[in-house]
Amino acid sequence: MNARIRFALAVVVLGLLMTGPFVLTGIVLFADAQEAERQALVDLLTPRLPLGALITTFGFIIGVVVLRNLFRQYVTGLLNMAEKLRLMLSANRHFRVESEGPPEVRALAQAANDLAQQRDELLTDVEAQIAQAKRSVEEEKNRLAALMSELALGVVVCNLDGRILLYNNRARLQFKALAQGPTSVAGGALIGLGRSIFAILERGQITHALENIQQRLRKGSSEPVANFITTTRSGQLLRAQMAPVIGAGGAVGEGEVTGYVLTIENITRSFERETERDQVIHSLSDGSRPALASLRAAVEMLKEHPDMDVPTRERFVGVIEEEAGRMSQVLDRTLNTFADSLKTRWPLEDVLGVDLVAAACRRVEARLSLATKTEELDEDLWIRVDSFSLLQAIAFLASRLQDHYAIRELRFRLSAEEHMAFVDLIWSGVPVSSETLYTWELEPMSIGAETTPLTLRDVIDRHGGEIWYQREKAAHRAFFRLVLPVAATPEAAPEALAAYHQSARGDSRPEYYDFNLFNFQHAGVDLDRRLVELAYTVFDTETTGLEPSNGDEIIQVGAVRIVNGRLLRQEIFDQLVDPRIPLKPEGIPIHGITEDMVRGQPTIDAVLPAFHEFCTDTVLVAHNAAFDMRFLQLKEDSTGVRFQQPVLDTLLLSAVIHANQESHRLESIADRLGINVIGRHTALGDAFVTGEVFLKMVGLLADMGIHTLRQALEAAQKTYLARVKY
Amino acid sequence: MAKKVLIVDDEPNIVLSLEFLMNKAGFDVAVARDGEEALAQVAAFGPDLVLLDIMMPKKSGYEVCEILRSDPARAGMKIVMLSAKGRDTEVAKGMALGADAYVTKPFSTKDLVAQVAGLLNGG
Repeated sequence: MNARIRFALAVVVLGLLMTGPFVLTGIVLFADAQEAERQALVDLLTPRLPLGALITTFGFIIGVVVLRNLFRQYVTGLLNMAEKLRLMLSANRHFRVESEGPPEVRALAQAANDLAQQRDELLTDVEAQIAQAKRSVEEEKNRLAALMSELALGVVVCNLDGRILLYNNRARLQFKALAQGPTSVAGGALIGLGRSIFAILERGQITHALENIQQRLRKGSSEPVANFITTTRSGQLLRAQMAPVIGAGGAVGEGEVTGYVLTIENITRSFERETERDQVIHSLSDGSRPALASLRAAVEMLKEHPDMDVPTRERFVGVIEEEAGRMSQVLDRTLNTFADSLKTRWPLEDVLGVDLVAAACRRVEARLSLATKTEELDEDLWIRVDSFSLLQAIAFLASRLQDHYAIRELRFRLSAEEHMAFVDLIWSGVPVSSETLYTWELEPMSIGAETTPLTLRDVIDRHGGEIWYQREKAAHRAFFRLVLPVAATPEAAPEALAAYHQSARGDSRPEYYDFNLFNFQHAGVDLDRRLVELAYTVFDTETTGLEPSNGDEIIQVGAVRIVNGRLLRQEIFDQLVDPRIPLKPEGIPIHGITEDMVRGQPTIDAVLPAFHEFCTDTVLVAHNAAFDMRFLQLKEDSTGVRFQQPVLDTLLLSAVIHANQESHRLESIADRLGINVIGRHTALGDAFVTGEVFLKMVGLLADMGIHTLRQALEAAQKTYLARVKY
Repeated sequence: MAKKVLIVDDEPNIVLSLEFLMNKAGFDVAVARDGEEALAQVAAFGPDLVLLDIMMPKKSGYEVCEILRSDPARAGMKIVMLSAKGRDTEVAKGMALGADAYVTKPFSTKDLVAQVAGLLNGG
């Protein structure tokens, strides 16, 4: 109820209170009295009525004045104070209530001011703390950025799903160099925030390394890291080291692994040099043995038998001459090539032999459903191995035995002789011919659908080991014996290193590992996920004309990614395309692309597969998407790639948000949403603008109750523009 | 009757010395220049001892050794591997496949003769 109305009401009540009792009393007396008495009463009162009315009116006026004062002070005054307090609460923090009015109101105002004062002090304090925290976070970010960029190694941080949470420039460059075809030209589609690491590295190796680490952590290893070598699709060799990221909330060794840090180094060149160096050493050692043998034998013959006939002597001298000459040549040649060889070794890890056998059993049983058993196992034997390739080799042998010799059980035995460790794969029944093993040694290993270019011989050589086939005739059994190097000092991590790792994982770990990104979940495209959680590829194409079905072609594709509500300006796809038809002169001023620019560029058949890879697991966003999608769809048959992910159109979304606006051109929308338009009419420039527009729209759609992808798609569908078809 | 020694090696320069050496030591000598010829010579010549090189064309010394050892009729025949492969894993493989001795090149001719003679007289 309005204060004014209440005041009026109070006045009426006051009037009634002042006149009511008299009138009521009069009516009661009047009703009670006899006719004569009534006449006497009227005669008595009538002459005196004006005086009574006057006194009553006077009293009423005084009453109204008092009432008005009280009302001003306690009702209007308090209302006024409430407004001022609200002002202090929102717009102007430093405003204070004036101390006026009756003592009670003044006391209230004073108390409110005191409270405000206290709040201000607290706020200022909190603000200072926030500012300080921000500053230190910023400092740490900078420190981390500097640290990461200075590293000569590529660094990639992933969560357990293999999604990339962080990477440094070096890693980007390395993977960009690895990318094939137009992908590399277009900016390196393979690495990006929220993308899967498995697009770059083999899933099996990552999982295996992670299992190793978790096993080590369970055993309380001081150095829970794993090394592996991987070959990329383009044949490059990468050396990777994996270290776990331990989640908060747990003492050392108890925390959950929430992700991992991969340091990656391209060792293709150094490995080539290494191979070269091995050849050099080989030609100097084993290579010179036959020559030396001939020399030594010939000299000894000459010395021991001085009585030999002249022709024989001549032949021995000839041998000495020839072999000495050959050795000099070998020496010259090798010393020339030796100069630029580097020292790189295939990284072998120390593994407890029984762990390796246990892993082999698990793998053989899981992959081949072949029963396994263990016999005598040397419990204390440590072996230096590349466990991934070795387990592949063992599984490969087992699968061959199963396929060709129908063995029903495979047994493992582990023994050692000096610095040689023997891993025996034993089976009973059908013997295998040695030729078979020789053939298997040289085949690329394959187990089911899983193949690797490595051969068994490669794996054996990598370990400096041997393999052979032997029979135990008495027991009607046979076995393959793998000879592997025994680890010199098992897990002999220097104490300093152990301490370093201790501190890195303990409470005192450096804070720049505390990324909230680990909670980031990205499980592909799900229609019922919220728009803010999805990853998007915002793209645009430039074309020779507006009629895809009349032979117009794409000449440029530009795209940028949105992950976690951020436009990632470094993660782009930017590629000119040779349309294989002449450009239309009227189009050139619009897109600014000339004949010279497109000639020699890859054709759409090469670009679309790369773009498709860039779009993996994202929702597509484009302005007037129907137009661009039509071009892509017309290429489906010739390129074999289908863009089947959901598509959001900023033109339709604009019609959803501003249904009453005339224009839904990109410029107009950007203008409405207050976005600066620069670099328009290149595909990438338009993709950037569309991306920014889209990010603003996500907020506006949420205000309209449109939160999920499904809701957005449905709303867009309903707008009348959706019926326009190209 | 003199014992028979088969020399299997594809390097003529070492064959020259080995042949001379074994002749002087009083053995009957035959020569084979690769793995397949070695198997043929074993059948034709029937040696008591084979000096077997490992790195050879057609069939390696390992393969020849295995084939020879799989024939029970020739169980008494001695095999001495002569190889430029000197790593202990390779030595272990040679011995596991049934060689009686493994000699790494280069070698002392005196020791070799002693070893050959020892094997032939001892067995």
